[in-house]
Amino acid sequence: MRQTLHWSLLALTLILTGLGLAYYKHTQLGFPLKSDLVEEAWTVQARLQMRAGTGPIRVEFQLPQATPGLGRLRESFISRGYGLAVEESGNDRVAHWTVRRASGQQSLFYQAVFYRDQFADFTAPQPPFPEVPELAEPYATAMQSIIDDVRRQSADVASFTTELLARINSSAPSEEVALFNSNPEFRGHPVRLARLLLAGARIPTEQINGFRLVDTDRRAQPERLLAVHNQRTWIVFDPVSGQRGLPERFLIWWVGDRPSVDVEGATLVALDWSVRRSELGALDLAEQRAVMQESRIARMSLSNLPLQTQAVYAVLLLVPIGAFIMVLMRNVVGLPSFGTFMPVLIALAFRETGLIAGLILFSTVIAVGLIIRFYLEKLQLLLVPRLTAVLVVVVILMVLLSLLSHRLGWDVGLSVGLFPMVILAMVIERMSIVWEERGAVDALKESAGSGLIAALAFYVMSLAQVQHLVFVFPELMLVLLGLTIIMGRYSGYRLSELMRFRSLAAKP
Amino acid sequence: MIGLYRRLRAAGVLGLNDRNANFIMRHNPRRLYPLVDNKILCKRRLQEHGIAVPELLGEISSQYEAGHLESRLAELEQFVIKPASGSGGDGIIVIMGRHRTGWVSGGGRILQLSDLQYHVAGILAGMYSLGGQRDSAMLEALIHPDPLLKPVAPEGVPDIRIIVYRGIPVMAMMRLPTRRSGGKANLHQGAIGAGIDVATGTTLKAVMNSSVVDQHPDTSASVEAFQLPDWPGLLLTAARCYNAVPLGYLGVDLVLDRDHGPLVLEMNARPGLAIQIANGSGLRSRLGLIDQLPDPETLEPERRVELAVQFARSGWKVPLPA
Repeated sequence: MRQTLHWSLLALTLILTGLGLAYYKHTQLGFPLKSDLVEEAWTVQARLQMRAGTGPIRVEFQLPQATPGLGRLRESFISRGYGLAVEESGNDRVAHWTVRRASGQQSLFYQAVFYRDQFADFTAPQPPFPEVPELAEPYATAMQSIIDDVRRQSADVASFTTELLARINSSAPSEEVALFNSNPEFRGHPVRLARLLLAGARIPTEQINGFRLVDTDRRAQPERLLAVHNQRTWIVFDPVSGQRGLPERFLIWWVGDRPSVDVEGATLVALDWSVRRSELGALDLAEQRAVMQESRIARMSLSNLPLQTQAVYAVLLLVPIGAFIMVLMRNVVGLPSFGTFMPVLIALAFRETGLIAGLILFSTVIAVGLIIRFYLEKLQLLLVPRLTAVLVVVVILMVLLSLLSHRLGWDVGLSVGLFPMVILAMVIERMSIVWEERGAVDALKESAGSGLIAALAFYVMSLAQVQHLVFVFPELMLVLLGLTIIMGRYSGYRLSELMRFRSLAAKP
Repeated sequence: MIGLYRRLRAAGVLGLNDRNANFIMRHNPRRLYPLVDNKILCKRRLQEHGIAVPELLGEISSQYEAGHLESRLAELEQFVIKPASGSGGDGIIVIMGRHRTGWVSGGGRILQLSDLQYHVAGILAGMYSLGGQRDSAMLEALIHPDPLLKPVAPEGVPDIRIIVYRGIPVMAMMRLPTRRSGGKANLHQGAIGAGIDVATGTTLKAVMNSSVVDQHPDTSASVEAFQLPDWPGLLLTAARCYNAVPLGYLGVDLVLDRDHGPLVLEMNARPGLAIQIANGSGLRSRLGLIDQLPDPETLEPERRVELAVQFARSGWKVPLPA
């Protein structure tokens, strides 16, 4: 009983650890479950063009920092000859470019790559209540009238804002709204108007500036959103449509109604923004992201190894998969096979030759090898010299086969390596012993069983999905280990035994 | 499929996984394996405990000795060459007598000295041992089966396999060589397996290549309801084997010799499950019955045989007070 508890706990721990690690890597670090998965990424670029004045130039440029729903992958500054300092305070991030002397046209670039991350809402510190703005008449009366009107039809801050935005954007605005809209300060700037009126109702607000990342847009313009605070949380509104909530894939660049750039000592000629949509391999993305997050688990990723080592592990990690199939086939199905791991080795050899070519090659070489072996048997050679003789013959056969197939123009993956050859020799020896001792039937049964298991193992091992999973989530080996332990305690019948002991079954 | 699975469970059939995990692993300590896997060690051990075995005529453990095989065979008329660590009856040559230039094998072939030397060299190189490890060859006295067995075993040596669980014989079968099995008592090679009623020592039904037969294919003699001679002696010998090598789940292979009575041919720490088919009955329920006894291992062999017979009389159903 204690033993049962022991192994089941062990297996459970292994499986949960493996799955847990994989789950963490998938959900937190975004390691993809599928190999061909690509994720969207957006490269956003800002280009500042200035005409230099006479003195030193100082440029302050707002940089995106907290970007809910989006992650920043890497950023770069192109600013030849300028000194650069990035200053962070709270939610603000500002780049300071300075140069003592410059002349003519100046260009500064900022570029960053963003990817879609878990969605999060806009956060900022809770602001104080704003003072009611003091306006001249008739604006003061108009504001009070709008506020009173909206307040009558709303229940809370959110519905107040919705109502207010509906009035501001109405196609048939009231006189009071029309008064404000006719003022050039507010025309085409509903956020500013809304903030003014909301301040009149003493509701804290904020202006959010950023971009909707959808498609490539070479001439992107920052979009303004309205955020209001209801004493618990920020609520974001689209100032035109009145839509509530931060739009998906909205890149918040900076917060506040000041401009994004402040230039001293030069004339700003143009500030161009562009958004370029691209696709990144999900795995690359996950790894770059993990580097940004300085994750220890991600540092253990196999992709950090040299390429050649990676190639070895890509194969090596498949061996346990093949071995597990072997366990299933032997202990649950009950297929006979040569040795314990011979089929897995054969399956590995198939990887080098291809399945069909491999099967043909194997049958041919084994058949001819067996004939020669039985001939050698007649010569009464001792065991080890006989094995060696068989090996030599196998090599000769393979050389001949390769030459022949090359001559005939079928280069069907006869890139036969060292490995398949040794396995072939072992199979021949093993088969001939079984043949002699237990007869042709058993030998053929075992070789058919081995071939079947090998083909199955090869099939599973060659699935791109399986290869991807074991390589990206090597911790799944723990799951496999746990399952193997469970299989090691499986004491039920094998499928083949159901047939074998059929006659003993109790009458239903 | 699932229905069949359930019905096999209900019939108490023991499967390979179950046997390995719950009986062999639990009751057979690994350190005792060499004592049964190596027939020479096994023979010595059994002799120390006063259990009769076929006589060991010689042991060949080096290539040098194999080269001088002729002098070793000089005084021998009838003998068997076996690998000491063979399994499943592989690599056994039976010599029935001398011929002008060589020896006559059990199958009637004439073998030259070079044939025998080659065979011995193969044994030494590990051709027949588990895992291909180096092995030694043994020369063993030829067994003359009890003439009472003649009707059911016209040629070859029939043997009796008894499964001894925690010292108590639980199931038995007789393996009858046929012409098809080449005189070997190996079910794989076409020998007949006949289940034995442990209570009486009479055969139940017989199976050949997993189909039921009632006649010996070579003689047409009935192989059912055949009374084995000296059944109590066979049972007692099997039960005593447990005292020599305390493997909880043990297969004992016995022969009935014309001159020496029950002899232990070999023992097996991983006895096969075909015995269930020959008996038409599952092993698991019987093993479960034994497990209800408190420490059956500590009883005298005679008492354990008594228990086995009592269990068998009750049809392996009633748990008895020990």
